[in-house]
Amino acid sequence: MIYDTANTHTFVQALRFIADNPGLLATKALEQMELSGAAIGLALLVALPLGIVLGHLHRGSGVAIGASLFGRSLPSIFLIAVFLTVLGLGFENNMVALAVLALGPILTNAYLGVEGVDEDAVEAARGMGLSRSGILTRIELPLALPLIYIGIRVAAVTVVATAPIAAYAGGGGLGDIIANQASYRLSGVLGASICVMALSAGVWALLLALQRATTPKGVRVARVQNPAGELGKEGL
Amino acid sequence: MSTAAEIVFDRVTKRYAGRDGAALHELSLTIPAGTFCVLVGPSGGGKTTALKLVNRLISLDEGDIRIDGRSIRELEPVELRRGIGYVIQNVGLFPHMTVGDNIATVPRLLGWSKTRIQERTAELLDLVGLEQGDAKRYPSQLSGGQRQRVGLARALAVDPPLLLMDEPFGALDPITRARLQDELRRLHHTVAKTVIFVTHDIDEAITMGDRIAILREGGLLAQYDTPDAILAHPADEFVTEFIGEDRALRRLALRRLSELELDPVPNPDRPRVEASGASTVRNAVSLMVESGESRLLVLGDDGTPIGVLSLAHAAELLR
Amino acid sequence: MTAAGGPVIPNFGSGSSCVTGDHLFCWDWVKQHWGDTLGPALAQHVELTAIAVSVGFVLAFSLALLAHRRRRAEQPISIVAALVYTFPSIALFQLLVPFTGLTYTTVEIALVSYTLVILFPNIVAGLEAAPPEVIEAARGMGLTPRQTLFRVEVPLALPAIVGGLRIAVVSTIAIATIAATILPKGLGFPIFYAIALPTPFKTEIYSAGILAIALALVCDRALVLLGRAVTPWTRVGG
Repeated sequence: MIYDTANTHTFVQALRFIADNPGLLATKALEQMELSGAAIGLALLVALPLGIVLGHLHRGSGVAIGASLFGRSLPSIFLIAVFLTVLGLGFENNMVALAVLALGPILTNAYLGVEGVDEDAVEAARGMGLSRSGILTRIELPLALPLIYIGIRVAAVTVVATAPIAAYAGGGGLGDIIANQASYRLSGVLGASICVMALSAGVWALLLALQRATTPKGVRVARVQNPAGELGKEGL
Repeated sequence: MSTAAEIVFDRVTKRYAGRDGAALHELSLTIPAGTFCVLVGPSGGGKTTALKLVNRLISLDEGDIRIDGRSIRELEPVELRRGIGYVIQNVGLFPHMTVGDNIATVPRLLGWSKTRIQERTAELLDLVGLEQGDAKRYPSQLSGGQRQRVGLARALAVDPPLLLMDEPFGALDPITRARLQDELRRLHHTVAKTVIFVTHDIDEAITMGDRIAILREGGLLAQYDTPDAILAHPADEFVTEFIGEDRALRRLALRRLSELELDPVPNPDRPRVEASGASTVRNAVSLMVESGESRLLVLGDDGTPIGVLSLAHAAELLR
Repeated sequence: MTAAGGPVIPNFGSGSSCVTGDHLFCWDWVKQHWGDTLGPALAQHVELTAIAVSVGFVLAFSLALLAHRRRRAEQPISIVAALVYTFPSIALFQLLVPFTGLTYTTVEIALVSYTLVILFPNIVAGLEAAPPEVIEAARGMGLTPRQTLFRVEVPLALPAIVGGLRIAVVSTIAIATIAATILPKGLGFPIFYAIALPTPFKTEIYSAGILAIALALVCDRALVLLGRAVTPWTRVGG
C-alpha cells in the first residue's frame, strides 16, 4: 500500500475530494446503504421478535445479554472472512456478516425493554382481563419502545460505520475508497470517511425522529447520549 | 461523655434567591447547653434552613450564629462540620461501607488510632441499641430503623457537643418511629448534648423537646418555650391553631400518674377503672370518659393500688 | 492488500492433504503453526490491547472527573466521542500513518481513541450514580469535596466503571484486528493475510478469529470476577 506524506492540508484536500467527486461518492454511499440496510433488516427479522418474546416470557436472559457480549467480541474482519469462505464472493456474504454484528444490540435491548416493563402495570393489566397477547401489544411493547429503539439505533450506526470493511470481500460501498489509498490517496480516504460519518449521523437522526413519531407521549424517553455510551447501558 | 454547647442565633436572616419572602427573618434565640430543642412549623417556615445554617451547608445572609460564644464564621466549614453531628431523614449511609466503616468515617478523618476507633464503635453500637455483630454488615442488609440508628451512631462518633437532626424519623413507620423517639429521649438523658431537632409534626415536638421553637411562614419565630408553657399559653392565633384544639389533653399527656399527689384509696367503694402509674393523665381521663366514671384507681409497679385520680383533679392540673 | 514491509509468513506449511485440499478446519496446521504464527500473534494482540486499555482508562477517568466537576464540559466531550465512534476504523489507522508512521504508536493512538469513547460515558454515569442523600451526609459530616469524590463517589461508581471496562476490553480486542492493516502484528494479520490469498485459507482465518473471540470472552469473565471482588457490598442480600 502506498502511504501519503504527512500533511495538514489533508483535511482541506479531503473536502475538495468530496466536492470534486459527488457522483462517485453518491454511488458508493448508495451501495453502502443498500448493504447496510439489508444487513439491518435481516438482523431485525431475527433478533427483534426473539428479544421481544424472550423478554415477555422472562426467559433466556443469559442468551439475550450474552448475545451482545458475543457480538461485541467478533472482529468484523473475521466475520467478513468467514462468510466469504462459506458463501463465496457476493452481496450475501457481506450482508450476513454485518447482520451478525447488528444482532447483539437489537436482541439485548429488545429483551431488556420488554422484560423490564413495570411489573405493576402488567399485573394491573392482567387483573383487568387482558389476554397474554393483549398485554404484550398494548402494555409491554409501547413501554419497551425507548429501549428497543436504542438497540436499533446502536445496531444501525454500528453497521453503517463498519460496512467499509466489506470492501475486503468485494462488498463495495465507501470502503472501496477507504481501503484503496493507492488510487484515491489520503484525501480520498478522509473524504470517504467523512461521508461515512455523515451517513451514520443521518441514520441516527432518522431513527431518532422515527422513535419520537411512534412513541406514545406518556412513555419516558431515556436520555440519549451517543452510540458508544449507549452500549454501556446494557446489563452489567 | 457529656460535652454540650450553647447555641445562640443572633438576628439570623436568610433570603431566598430570586424570591420576595425571607426564608428566615431576624431569628434570635438561645439554646442552653444540653437542651433538646425542637424546631417545628409548617413547610416554608424555614426550620430546615435554620438547621443547615448552623453547619454552614447554607450560608448566612445577615446575623450570626455562635457555638459556645464562637461565631460559626470563624471556622472553616469543613472543620466546623467535623465537630457537629448531622443526621438526615434518608440517613445517607454510605452503601459501599460496612456499618463499622460508616461510623468510623469522621474519626478516621481526624486521625484516630485503630484501637480507639474500635472501642468507640463498640461503645456506640451499644448506645444506639445495635448488636456488635452489626458492625460488619452493609446498609442494604438493615431495616429502616436500624439504618437510622447507625446514622445516629455515626453522628455521635467523635462525641460532638452539638447534634443536628433533620426530620430523622420521617421516613419510618409509626411503630418504629415511636420506639426510636423513646430511645432518643432516653439517650439524651444519658448523653445530654445540645440537640437541634427539626420536625413538621407537633406531636413529635411535644414528645421530644425540652424547648420548642415554632417557626411560621416567612421564617418568623412565633413562640419559643417549654412544651407545657406553649400548650398552656399559646402566643397567638397561629400557634393556637398549629398546636390544635386538644391542647389541654396534650398537656395532660405530659404528666404521668405516678408523679401526682393522688387521693387516698377508699375502701369499699373502689373505682371500677384502673391504670398503671406509668401511664399518662391523658390516658386516665380517656378511660374515665369512656366508662362514664369520674374516678380512676392508680396502681403501682407491683399492681397494688397507690391512689385515686378524679376527673376534677385532672382538670385542676390545667390551671 | 498486504501491509507494507510485513514479513511473509510461510503459508500452507508442509502441505498435508487436509491443507492442500482446503478442508474446513485442519488441526494439524494449527499444531504445526502455533509456534510461528498463532502463538506470537496472540501475544502481540494481548500486548496491543493491554496498552490501549490502560492508557485509555487513565485518559477516560481523568476526562470523566473533569466532566463531573464541570458539567458543561460533558457535552463537547460526548460529541467528540460520538464522532470518533462512527469514524471507520480502517480509515483512522490509515490517517494516523502520515503523522506517526507504520508503528505501534499509530495503532495505539487509534485503539486508545476507541477505548476512550466507550469508557468515558460509562465512568461519567457511574460518578453521577451516588444517591443525593449520601452526598449530603458526606458534606454535612465534614468531608471535603475531594474526600467525598474519592471515598464515596468513585467507589460507588465502580460497578459502572467495571461494566465499561468489560465492554471496552472486548471491543478493543476485536478492533485490534484492524491493526494488521498497518502492522503485521496481532491476530488480525493471519486473517487479512489468509483472506487475500487466491483461495482464502479457511483454517488460518478460523483459528485466528476463534482465538480472538476466546481471548475476549476470557477477559470479560476475568473482569466480572474482578468487579465482584472490588464491590463486596453488591453481593450481600438486601
